[in-house]
Amino acid sequence: MIELRSVYKIYFPGSENEVRALDGINLRIDEGEFVAIVGKSGSGKSTCMNIIGCLDVPTSGEYFIDSTPVSNLSEDDLARLRNKTLGFIFQQYNLISKLSVEENVELPLLYGGIPPEERKIRITQALERVGLAERIHHYPNQLSGGQQQRVSIARALASRPHIMLADEPTGALDSKTSMEILQLLQELNKEGNTIVLITHDNYIATFAQRIIRIQDGKIISDQKNEPKQETNQEAMADGH
Amino acid sequence: MGIKQYFSLALKSLRTSKMRSFLTMLGIIIGVAAVIVLVSLIGGMSSEITAQFEGMGTNLITVNLMGRGNSNRTVSVDDMESLVTEHPELFSAMSPTVSIGSTTIKYGADTTTSSCQGVNEYYGEIRNYQVAQGRFLSYNDVNGRKKVCLIGSYQWQELFSGGDAIGETVKINGEPFLVIGILEEKDDSSEGSSDDIVMLPYTTARSLGSYARVSSYCFSAQDGTLVDQCITQLERKLYQAYNSTDAYRVTSQAEMLEQMNELTGTMSLVLVGVAGISLLVGGIGIMNIMLVSVTERIREIGIRKSLGARKRDIMGQFLIESATTSACGGVIGILSGIALAYGCGALFHMSIAPSASAILLAFSVSVLIGILFGYLPANKAAKLIPIEALRQQ
Repeated sequence: MIELRSVYKIYFPGSENEVRALDGINLRIDEGEFVAIVGKSGSGKSTCMNIIGCLDVPTSGEYFIDSTPVSNLSEDDLARLRNKTLGFIFQQYNLISKLSVEENVELPLLYGGIPPEERKIRITQALERVGLAERIHHYPNQLSGGQQQRVSIARALASRPHIMLADEPTGALDSKTSMEILQLLQELNKEGNTIVLITHDNYIATFAQRIIRIQDGKIISDQKNEPKQETNQEAMADGH
Repeated sequence: MGIKQYFSLALKSLRTSKMRSFLTMLGIIIGVAAVIVLVSLIGGMSSEITAQFEGMGTNLITVNLMGRGNSNRTVSVDDMESLVTEHPELFSAMSPTVSIGSTTIKYGADTTTSSCQGVNEYYGEIRNYQVAQGRFLSYNDVNGRKKVCLIGSYQWQELFSGGDAIGETVKINGEPFLVIGILEEKDDSSEGSSDDIVMLPYTTARSLGSYARVSSYCFSAQDGTLVDQCITQLERKLYQAYNSTDAYRVTSQAEMLEQMNELTGTMSLVLVGVAGISLLVGGIGIMNIMLVSVTERIREIGIRKSLGARKRDIMGQFLIESATTSACGGVIGILSGIALAYGCGALFHMSIAPSASAILLAFSVSVLIGILFGYLPANKAAKLIPIEALRQQ
C-alpha cells in the first residue's frame, strides 16, 4: 500500500527557473492494483515514480509505504525497501552488460542476503515465469530488446516485491513486443502483484485497471478502467 | 552480498579489460619487483660478506697498536705471548704481525709490488690460510730469523707463471728469501686481493725496514662465545701497559661482521625506500584508474542501488576491486622480481637470497595500497544518489 500526502518536488525553489515537478500530489494505491500514471514528457510522472520507488526524495510532503513514513528511514533502510518491497522495470532495461542473465537476476537476491540454494530456485522460477529459462547463461547483448525487458521483469520478480514499478517499460520496444510485455504485467497483476505503470502513451495506459493523469505536476484525473485484453497467444508462445 | 561475489566480480572486471588492468598494475609490478630484486641482491651480498668473514675465522681478535699513550712502557711480543700461556682456556693462539707496505719482490727479471706480512708459525691457523704447496712457517724459521717466505697465488702466477717455486729464491727489497710455500687461493688471484700477499717470519720482517715494527697482533679465541672474555683480558693487559685507551684498539671479527651487517642493513633500507616511492606512484595510478572506472560505471552503480545495494555493498565492491588489482600486480611483481634477481645474479656472478619475509611484506603492502588508494574512489561511488546515477547515460 502506497500513500502520498501533498507531495511537492520543486527544483531551484525561489529562483526564476523554479520548476514544480510535483505540485501537491495526493495519491493512494492499494495492494493488488494495476495503476497507470499517464502524462506528457515533463508532466512530473517520472519524478512521481522516482519518489514512489525511493530513488528520490520529495521537497515536502509525506510518503508512506505499508504505513511506514519513508522520510524517517535511514539509507540502509531505504536500500532494504528497494530490495525487498519494490521491483523496478526501466525503459532501458538497465541490465548490467558484463553479467549474464542469471547474474543479473541474482543481483537483488545477493543484496537481500538470500542463501545460495534459495537464490537458484528463485532465479529459475523468475526466468520460467517470463519464458526465458533457457537463456539463463546468455549475456544481455545476446538478447533482443523484448527478451532483455523480460529479464529485467524477472529480476524485479525474483526478490518477490509487493510493488512493481514500471517506467515506460515498452518505450524501447516495437508494438508487438510491447503487447507481450503488457500482457505479462497483467498476468503478474492477476497473480497478486501491485503494479504501477508510468507511460506517456494513452493506449498503453488502457491495459491498467486505473488510470491517473498528471499534468504540470498535478493529478488532473483518476479513473477506473476496464483493462484491455490483447489476445496474441502466438507471439507469447515463441518468445519474440 | 558476500566477499566471494565481490571477488568474482573484481576478477571479472580485471579480465574484461586486460590491457587497462595491466597498465594499472604496472606501477605496483615495478615497485614490488624492485623491492624483491634489491632485497635479494643485498641479502646475497651480505651472506657473501658473512661467509667471507667466517672464512677468516670468527674467533679472530685483532689488536692494533697506534702509539705509546701516556706511558713510556710498551707491550712486547713476550707480554702478549704470556697472555696465551696464562689463559689457555680463552686463547688458542696468537701471532704478532709486522706489515710492510709496498715492497718489491723480484724473481729473475720479473718484479711485483706487494705488501709483506711478518708473522709467526700460528698465523696460518688463526687466519685460516691453507698452504697449497710446500709448508707454512715453523718455530725454527721464526726463532732463527730465517730468510724464508710464503707467497700468495697472485705472486705465484706473476713471478713463476704457476710453475715450480718451492726452493727458489726471490729478492724482497733486495734481500734474498727462500720460497718455502705457496698459499692456497682465497679469492680470485688478482692484484690487491687477499691472494696478493707475501708472508715471512716477523722476526725477519722487523729487520727489513726502519718502519717495520710489530704494529698489530692477532689472537684466536678457543671458541666464538669466548671472544668477549678474551677482549676483556686483552684490554686489561694493554691498559696496564699504556695507561690509556687511545694507544690501542681491540676488534673482533664478530664485531666487524656486526658493523658490516649494520651497513648493509642501512643500505637496503635506503634502496627499499626508493623502491617504496615507486609503490606509492603505483598506488596513485590505481586510484586514478579506479576514479575513471567509478565515473564510467555510475549507471551500473545506480542500477545496483535501485536493486537494494547499500552504501557498504558498493564500497566493498570497489575496494575489493582495487585491492585485487593491486594484489595481482603484487604477485606478478614478486614473480618477475625473483626471476630478475636470479637473472642479475647469473649475469654479475652474485649470489641471490630472496627472503620470504620480503615477499610476504611486498604482497601485503600491495594489498594495503589497493585498499588505501581504492578508498577515495570507492567512497565516491558509494555516496552517489541513486536517481542521479541512473540518469547518467
